[in-house]
Amino acid sequence: FPGLADVSISEDIPVEGEITVPVGSRSPDEDYSTLDEPVRDTIMRDLRAVGKKFVHVMYPKKSSALLRDWDLWGPLVLCVSLALMLQGGSADSKDDGGPQFAEVFVIIWFGAVVITLNSKLLGGTISFFQSLCVLGYCVLPLTVAMLVCRLVLLAGSGTVSFIIRLIVVVAMFGWSTLASTAFLADSQPPNRKALVVYPIFLFYFVISWMILTFTPQ
Amino acid sequence: IMSAPAAAGGGGRSGAAAADWGGFEDNMQGGGSAVIDMENMDDTSGSSFEDMGEMHQRMKEEEEEEAEGEAGAAEEEDGEFLGMKGLRGQLGRQVADQMWQVGKRQASRAFSLYANIDILRPYFDVEPVQVRARLLESMIPVKMINFPQKIAGELYGPLMLVFTLVAILLHGMKTSDTIIREGTLMGTAIGTCFGYWLGVSSFIYFLAYLCNAQITMVQMLSLLGYGLFGHCITLFVTYNIHFHSLFYIFWLGVGGLSTLRMVAVLVSRTVGHTQRLILCGTLAALHMLFLLYLHFAYHKVVEGILDTLEGPNMPPFQRVARDIPVVSNAVLNTTAKAVALTL
Repeated sequence: FPGLADVSISEDIPVEGEITVPVGSRSPDEDYSTLDEPVRDTIMRDLRAVGKKFVHVMYPKKSSALLRDWDLWGPLVLCVSLALMLQGGSADSKDDGGPQFAEVFVIIWFGAVVITLNSKLLGGTISFFQSLCVLGYCVLPLTVAMLVCRLVLLAGSGTVSFIIRLIVVVAMFGWSTLASTAFLADSQPPNRKALVVYPIFLFYFVISWMILTFTPQ
Repeated sequence: IMSAPAAAGGGGRSGAAAADWGGFEDNMQGGGSAVIDMENMDDTSGSSFEDMGEMHQRMKEEEEEEAEGEAGAAEEEDGEFLGMKGLRGQLGRQVADQMWQVGKRQASRAFSLYANIDILRPYFDVEPVQVRARLLESMIPVKMINFPQKIAGELYGPLMLVFTLVAILLHGMKTSDTIIREGTLMGTAIGTCFGYWLGVSSFIYFLAYLCNAQITMVQMLSLLGYGLFGHCITLFVTYNIHFHSLFYIFWLGVGGLSTLRMVAVLVSRTVGHTQRLILCGTLAALHMLFLLYLHFAYHKVVEGILDTLEGPNMPPFQRVARDIPVVSNAVLNTTAKAVALTL
């Protein structure tokens, strides 16, 4: 596989995961054993995987766990919660001031797809769904910022609250961009990192702008 | 190119298939001549990997058909036991299977042709230094218009500039509290910017075709995309600092510079005075008017004009319901005052 020779992982990435040694020959029943386990086990396993990835996003040290076992549950949950919180909430249909649920949803997924296509066209070695997974998970800091903004807006909507919201949103925007860059930039040829980082910056900027300019009706 | 792998593949197969290989080669190259007949080639994007992939696909399918033929022969013996019904069932299955193979082959060919991301790959082959250089160049009009100027056919810079313009437009619309009735803020911004980039590029490309200018579609997209850099700068500054005179200075200065550059490049590639005039006049007018439109359509000052324009268009029952109490109150007050005065 000549393509894999280009993938460079720096040496300070901790190796993590599970090592299972297959004991003897696997009977066909073992392949279907996850069907017989109780639903609680399945859900807890998936929740634990999602939770582990959340921790990876909040403390973005370079690790390949997010890339290897990609899943789209986390991005879906984050996207839905962000879109729900960003709804205008105005019953008056004449004044469509806030972004609708579908709008936020489409922006996040369409933007993630465009960034993935761009990074692939620039010669990246990361796969389509891995990139979607990373971009979706890195929306977590911005969702936290949205929560904080809503709480601050409950207290009042003056200049002080605007400054607090501005600081929080800018900090979380920087965190999101840095986190996603830490995961995605490694898969690019080294001299083109800036070309890949710029659309990510723009993507999170648009989401941060939607969060900052949110005013409850 | 084609014969070598075919021979290698032929060598590795059973002897019974040797005759098939001869026929296969004839199909591909028309009698074993060294000249490849272009009429028989599919219109791929030029990547020889796709041709190899097709060949391997055909090899695999002929293998499968052979294996199936053998299995079918074994099954035919069974089918004869079942009589006519068994034979027809088996035949039906083979026909259905063949149709599935053909359909799958066509679908995979269409997919590899149209959804192939490799078609766009050469247009994204840039370095950050090149992008920065081209951004700065887009503001400097060239002096040499008698020699065709080189245009880089690159799509990364223009695409990023269009997205940046969308972001700036969103910011401008939000700070001016524009109310969009039929549609959403995001949809309007994306539709405007992409519509301008793709639509005006196509239109100017069509005009260039009429005026015999030497420019391809990708080059036109790239030229107009980089021309939006001036728009981005102007709008970024004037959406935050609301002085009309500042906007006009930027419109003429920055917008004018990027328009001049595009016009100079087009002039260098067109022959004839009338053609040059048509092409460059149209492009200059559209580009400058777009900047004017972007500033005024989404700006705070026009908010008041929009409201007064929309006033008479409001649904009548709303106006009547709102006006009657006011009017009746006013009438009551004046009559009360008149009555009080007379008394």
